[in-house]
Amino acid sequence: MQLILQKKVFYNKFKQIFSMFLNDKLALISIIFLIFMVFLALFGPSLINDSFTKMNLRLRNLEPFSFDHNFMYFFGADALGRSMIARLIIATQNTMFIAGSAVILSMTLGGALGLISGYFGGKTGNLIMRIADIIMSFPSLLLAVIVLYMFDPGLLNLVLVLAFTRMPIYMRTARAEVLEIRERLFVSAAISMGASNSRIIFKHIAPLTIPTLITIATLDFAFVMLGESALSFLGVGIQPPEVTWGLMVAQGRNYLQLAWWLAFFPGLIIMLVALSLNLLSSWLRIVLDPRQRWRLENIGDKNE
Amino acid sequence: MSNNVNSLLKVSNLAVSFDTVEGSINAVQGIDFELNKGQTLAIIGESGSGKSVTASVIMGILSCPPGRIKSGEIFLNKQDILKLSEIDRRKLMGNKIAIIFQDTLSHLNPVFTVGAQIAECFEVHKNYTKKESWDKAVKLLDRVKIPNPYKRAKDYPHQFSGGQRQRVMIAMALALEPDIIIADEPTTALDVTIQAKILELLAELRDERNMGLILITHDLGIAAEVADKVIVLKNGKIVEKGTLKEVFIKPKHKYTKELMNSIPGKFNQRYKRSDNIDTNPILEIKNISKSYDTLACDNINFNLFRDEIIGIVGESGSGKTTISNLILRLIEPSSGCILYHGRNIFDFDKKELFNFRRKVQIVFQDPYASLNPTMNVFDIISEPWIIHNDFLHKKLHQARISELLTSVGLKPSDSKKYPHEFSGGQRQRIAIARALALNPEIIICDEAVSALDVSIQAQIIKLLKDLRKQFSLSYLFIAHDLPVVKDLADRVIVMKSGEILEEGNVEKVFNKPVNPYTIDLLKSSPSIEKLLSN
Repeated sequence: MQLILQKKVFYNKFKQIFSMFLNDKLALISIIFLIFMVFLALFGPSLINDSFTKMNLRLRNLEPFSFDHNFMYFFGADALGRSMIARLIIATQNTMFIAGSAVILSMTLGGALGLISGYFGGKTGNLIMRIADIIMSFPSLLLAVIVLYMFDPGLLNLVLVLAFTRMPIYMRTARAEVLEIRERLFVSAAISMGASNSRIIFKHIAPLTIPTLITIATLDFAFVMLGESALSFLGVGIQPPEVTWGLMVAQGRNYLQLAWWLAFFPGLIIMLVALSLNLLSSWLRIVLDPRQRWRLENIGDKNE
Repeated sequence: MSNNVNSLLKVSNLAVSFDTVEGSINAVQGIDFELNKGQTLAIIGESGSGKSVTASVIMGILSCPPGRIKSGEIFLNKQDILKLSEIDRRKLMGNKIAIIFQDTLSHLNPVFTVGAQIAECFEVHKNYTKKESWDKAVKLLDRVKIPNPYKRAKDYPHQFSGGQRQRVMIAMALALEPDIIIADEPTTALDVTIQAKILELLAELRDERNMGLILITHDLGIAAEVADKVIVLKNGKIVEKGTLKEVFIKPKHKYTKELMNSIPGKFNQRYKRSDNIDTNPILEIKNISKSYDTLACDNINFNLFRDEIIGIVGESGSGKTTISNLILRLIEPSSGCILYHGRNIFDFDKKELFNFRRKVQIVFQDPYASLNPTMNVFDIISEPWIIHNDFLHKKLHQARISELLTSVGLKPSDSKKYPHEFSGGQRQRIAIARALALNPEIIICDEAVSALDVSIQAQIIKLLKDLRKQFSLSYLFIAHDLPVVKDLADRVIVMKSGEILEEGNVEKVFNKPVNPYTIDLLKSSPSIEKLLSN
């Protein structure tokens, strides 16, 4: 009985979220596109095997949109005659993993530090903010180059460095929001009820800061992708034959006069992913705010 | 057309609607009124009644869209101003009609001196020289009784107090010698004694210059002080209009009668405390002082007994909120102690403090800010039980919430809604339900009804009285509004600048006040009784 009830609740929740997507067509397109990209990232590599490293020098800088060759060459080929489609798919996994984990890591760490700094204030709070100042005062790419030069330029280090350099934004934003929310009456009410610090932070303050942080994170996603490409371009990021969209843009730059598609397609995908994330985040912001949610709920539901 | 020579403004059949996602809302639905020279017209209505919309239409500052003027004519000196072009109309504004707002700080430019802002009116509209304009500005500041006007004209808005800023606004409105002044809730943010002086000034200027004054207010007391004619608005319609005495003494419409009945301070239906009271106080406030940069409260002493309501009255800065924060132990005192059943709350260890928090609850002034917007009513009311998790088993939460919601006059089905879906009064009920959740001994009401409309105020006060009877609660009722305290409290404490000036039974303080400040406070408080006794 309990289980059936839970299933029903779950089903209703799902239906509600789906109808909120239907009321924002752009968000619906975005989520479909993003799910497709995630699918590519997860299963793409196993579908195309190792054809992304297969060179075919006769097809060097092959123009896109021609049906003369295999479907894999529909978006053209790169300077070594490798299929663009195969390379883009392989790059999806690397890029999504690097950018995704870097953004999530910096958001959670930076957000948490900002929350602590804002809520407790005092010496700890100041110390945390000075750390943020130090990170910000250092050119982030320079810092990344130094760190990656000293350590192994592997995938994990790359993620850590990117996350670290992007952290101050979240720290500062979270702290500013907390400072304001902390003074609101419902927080005083919770304190006078005897609520513990963790309850106040997680139940009262965090739900109001998280939408802002998520919005910043989606904007940051594109920035991290480009930052990663810059590092890869300098040779301290991803090492060939591994490939990312950013790296493809960087490599394609040399051939911009001859073969525009080398830089164009990866660039287009970066833009589309960033755009979708943006649209999705503005949808999410509305969903997370009970005062705005009605904009996405069916008018029919309201009349019930 | 009116053939009345004294007529200044005539509004007929004005209707305004707002286009929203959910269709168009009729904010004003066909209202008519006329204003004569030297007359004060009070437009009375609760929030959402369309009174401010009417004022913005007359001033031509209604934002369209979403607003839309559906019909109506506004005659100013026999000219329909709604038919004028934008440019012609702007010339009339300020010259013929001026407006005074409630929120003075946001309507004065913070980076210019007050003198410069008034002088600007003369320079722009009348082409006076800089020197002439400045002299005129100083003269006006003198007229609105700003002390030392030569010197103060060089000060910036933030250097004035709220009452003085309202005087500066009045000076600006007077600058071009308008025929009509519209005052939109001009004294709502001010203390009673200052409010009385501003109203006096407005009435004086009206007589001196033979102007028409339109006073928009939700406060019936203020209307009773200065108005000649009154119109009562509800949901964008005039439900009653007439002279002040007609409307106030012999109201005809049901809504107006209700409104007149909800005016606080009538001394009726008072609940007598049972005589066999505990002689031991629940709360003893002993010699407590708290200083920030200045002394916020100084050597305060009083006791609170079971089943008793103490009203703490004072104007802003009198230290009444500091006391509530001290009792809640949100701040620590500079000296003194507060005994709860004989034990000092500032010596409590963690566990004792936790138990103390269960017994003392608070209801804040602003019901919009005191409820977390991301939590629904169920989460809000059940939060105290989750914090004090031995109080009520989780399975019983839903049933108890339904009970609490019913006892504060809401529906059990409301528990799934979010705070923004409720009106101000309903939100205050939710806050009260939350305060009741842990069966407290003491509820502190910090200006709990000040932000609410009169009729809602009366309902909440009745609710507080009923709950007290039901649960034998003690209240500490903090307010700046004297009539409300008169209705509710057993004992009254009058505070000023952190000190207790007068303390005593409510009958004694209201009928035979001793301290000159209390007498002044009582005199300034606008009340209908004065009108009725005339």
